[in-house]
Amino acid sequence: MPEHEHDHEHDPDDHSELGEMDVRVRALETLLTEKGYVDPAALDELIETYQTRVGPRNGAQVVAKAWTDPGFRQWLRDDATAAIASLGFEGRQGEHMVAVEQTDDTHHVVVCTLCSCYPWPVLGLPPTWYKSAPYRSRVVRDPRGVLAEFGTELADDTEVRVWDSTAEVRYLVIPQRPGGTDGWSEEQLADLVTRDSMIGVTRALEPGAAEVAS
Amino acid sequence: MTGYRSHADIGGTTGHGPIERESATIVFHHEWEARALALTLAAGAPGGWNLDQSRSARETLSDYADLTYYEIWTAALENLLVEHGVVSRTELDEGHAHSPGDPARRVLTADRVAEALRRGGSTIREPPGPARFAVGDRVRTRSGHVDHHTRLPGYVAGCVGTVERVHGAHVFPDSNAQGLGEDPQWLYTVVFDADDLWDDARSGQRVSVDAWEPYLQTADAP
Repeated sequence: MPEHEHDHEHDPDDHSELGEMDVRVRALETLLTEKGYVDPAALDELIETYQTRVGPRNGAQVVAKAWTDPGFRQWLRDDATAAIASLGFEGRQGEHMVAVEQTDDTHHVVVCTLCSCYPWPVLGLPPTWYKSAPYRSRVVRDPRGVLAEFGTELADDTEVRVWDSTAEVRYLVIPQRPGGTDGWSEEQLADLVTRDSMIGVTRALEPGAAEVAS
Repeated sequence: MTGYRSHADIGGTTGHGPIERESATIVFHHEWEARALALTLAAGAPGGWNLDQSRSARETLSDYADLTYYEIWTAALENLLVEHGVVSRTELDEGHAHSPGDPARRVLTADRVAEALRRGGSTIREPPGPARFAVGDRVRTRSGHVDHHTRLPGYVAGCVGTVERVHGAHVFPDSNAQGLGEDPQWLYTVVFDADDLWDDARSGQRVSVDAWEPYLQTADAP
């Protein structure tokens, strides 16, 4: 199944609103193109980039490498921006990266309460729930409740640490490597690393769950 | 100037309903959302505004809370284009150009997209001087309203936390959003015990924000 399959609206009640925005954005594109300020082919290229080339499979490669290569893991701790760039993932909305590692003692989860800051080069564009008021408002106040809604139950003595991305530093969560994966290749391991586990709202998949999830 | 109001500072507020998850394969819900994203990314070149002016344009939309994400982006983009003289309100309303564009304005062409995204826009700058705080310092955040864009969330305003990381000096949004220059300032990760933020906090929870030096004073200051 394609990584970023285009989804169309199925709710017929949304039709009038859909049409209005469609017309409005089309008019804006026409105007800017007529002025010579926008190259429509550049728009196509931008969309193609984030629909098919840049997404959470990038971050999964980073995590899988961290799980198998102690030197790379240390590099992530010391200079995550450079370590991640060494795999080819860099640039817009990932200029200043910090990697935070899940442990038995501390569970990390990332949010941007003020807007939608998110590490694009490794995770692609953020999901709607990440950008929406319910998650942004609640996760800083009741992180355990939010995590439970994502099916993530934590031990009572595990500390929860919420990172609110209020500046241009972008946070990538490194989930814990699941048991039963000794000897797995980086490629196999990457299939266990979901987008949500790199935001911190879930754990990585257990062996055997990857096929179901993909 | 008085009356600046951000509608985006919602951390810790209640009554926003349930979190609605959806398939991880969904990037855009409608074709227009993809075009709105791309137009916003591309229009920064001719527009010349900065990231903080973009954020300010979004968070001050009076109907922010009623709009979807890309409706917010579209409305803010339209306003920025008019405010920065890129298009006229009449042109915007009619969806057609009345006069040719200014050839001095930059345009992002398709062949330069990949390089522009790869380069990004670092906000690290030369420090204005030595850092005032070090890891482990106890600091209190600024309290009270400021009459411009800022990146200190209301839920940590006036609270005491601990400096955990020092990120170097970064472009200062409060200045940059007002078009007053980048005014680089030291940036810190400051971590708070949830007990110091919320009356109803469960124990064993900590929250951090990234805060520029002007947002902070030593915790024991009067």
